[in-house]
Amino acid sequence: MRSVRALAAFPFLAMLVGPFFLNRVTPYVFGMPFLLAWLVAWILLTAAIMAVIFRLDPANRDGSE
Amino acid sequence: MNGALVGIAGAVILALGLGVLARRGRQMGFEQWTVAGRSFGAPLVFLLMAGEIYTTFTFLGGSGFAYGRGGPTYYILCYATLAYVMSYFLLPPIWRYGRDYGLYSQSDFFIRKYDSPALGILVSLVGIVALIPYLVLQFKGLGIIVEIAGYGAIAPTPAVWIGGAAATAYVMVSGVRGSAWTAVAKDVMILVVVVFLGIYFPLHYYGSLGAMFAAIEAAKPGFTVLPAHGESVWWFSSTVVLTALGFYMWPHSFASIYTARDSRVIRKNAVFLPLYQLILLFVFFAGFAAILQVPGLNGADVDLALFKLSVKTFDPWIVGVIGAAGVLTALVPGSMILMAAATLSANNLYRAADRSADDARVLRIARLLVPLVALVAVYFTLAGGQTIVALLLMGYSLVTQLFPPLLLSLTRNNWVTREGAAAGIVAGVATVAAVSLTHTTIGTLFPALPAQIKELNVGIVALAVNIVVLIVVSAGTKLVVRNGGSAPPANASSFWPES
Repeated sequence: MRSVRALAAFPFLAMLVGPFFLNRVTPYVFGMPFLLAWLVAWILLTAAIMAVIFRLDPANRDGSE
Repeated sequence: MNGALVGIAGAVILALGLGVLARRGRQMGFEQWTVAGRSFGAPLVFLLMAGEIYTTFTFLGGSGFAYGRGGPTYYILCYATLAYVMSYFLLPPIWRYGRDYGLYSQSDFFIRKYDSPALGILVSLVGIVALIPYLVLQFKGLGIIVEIAGYGAIAPTPAVWIGGAAATAYVMVSGVRGSAWTAVAKDVMILVVVVFLGIYFPLHYYGSLGAMFAAIEAAKPGFTVLPAHGESVWWFSSTVVLTALGFYMWPHSFASIYTARDSRVIRKNAVFLPLYQLILLFVFFAGFAAILQVPGLNGADVDLALFKLSVKTFDPWIVGVIGAAGVLTALVPGSMILMAAATLSANNLYRAADRSADDARVLRIARLLVPLVALVAVYFTLAGGQTIVALLLMGYSLVTQLFPPLLLSLTRNNWVTREGAAAGIVAGVATVAAVSLTHTTIGTLFPALPAQIKELNVGIVALAVNIVVLIVVSAGTKLVVRNGGSAPPANASSFWPES
């Protein structure tokens, strides 16, 4: 399951390319301007993605250094 | 002595006490002092790595940037998050190599990988030049916090001296353990204080978060997103990329990798560190709240926004707690920077001159250098003008120049020669210096380019120059070797001591 590491590309796409299309104030999400809400959502998703990678990556099996 | 000063004094005493106690039960050899015997589990490595980035620059600068510039501030949220994603892949090989060869510093890594002590000296010099303004920034922030949160009872100058002395003392005694344990106190306090302010200010002054952003939008349309020109989306993306690449290239960040017990610790932290970024969100909320409440701060004064609003809103004792958290955000990263600069100077400059020096001697020298580095930083803090932030940004661009030779050294068949690596770094650093000192932008360099390209962070140019020189010189030196030149073979034994 090393291929799961490819998921790590998504945060880069979301944060580097996303703002080109989503640089807008409205709609407000939880009171935040849309761009800020998008970036905050991706911080949460990044942590989730890294958790999935950590769980499935064979490098983290017990016994490996 | 007012209530606020009690809190601030308490923070300094707490830092000093924890920092000195951290040494208990340890024989302080060089490996203990610099990398804690490579024994830290996930929580302490987490605190060290998180402790490095939640500095006065994030506390004062993050809120000030939100106050003064609005949307472009969001880049701070993104670059560290992406750096953590990269850390999952990039850091374990660096850690493993460090353990296998007993490395202490970033320069050691380059020396080993490129088999070149001279490259180590170059990397150390780049690191030290970048670290000093970073340290100055912490001391400057300390002075500001103590002055405002103490209601002017203590001037910045004695505050800087006292703070510098406290950090020096516990670094000399406990080394990196002192930084890790004070980071525990700092992170608990900053978490509580920042989350409280970020929620309280919008609710107290506007009724809700949404009402606050709507009020800002009404007063300054488009302020909370990226502007169409200047710090545009193009600026944003290029800046995030550059700073993310530079993130682990700071000597003190790099050295904290070595403190890990195993590489799993590092990968595990890549899961949790992004969440920690959310603290910054609350810093931004506090900064945004100040826009309509303490208007009229300009230039360097935007950094005062958070404290001005706090003083306006709260009783002195609460301001004291906020001030105490602020003081710790200066002391903890300051102590780590002090250590890194002293270690680099002793291990990679002094040892290069006196090759017979053993670890015990290098440790003695490193300890003696701590107060010296602190004095240099205090001097620049008290003498310095407005150029500190410019210097810090320059420092970031400087350490980013170490990224290409580092990344390529991790590949299986690294074709970069030591000459190529050194020439690339020198060319990149020279470009950064030239661009920073002459205030060049891509627009002034290439006036014919489309507007979007001109808004790219100018650091891209330095990185591009670096990579081109690295490729050309590497190819050139390889050609010389193949034609019977006198360059030594790539695996020539190093005169650097093993261990």
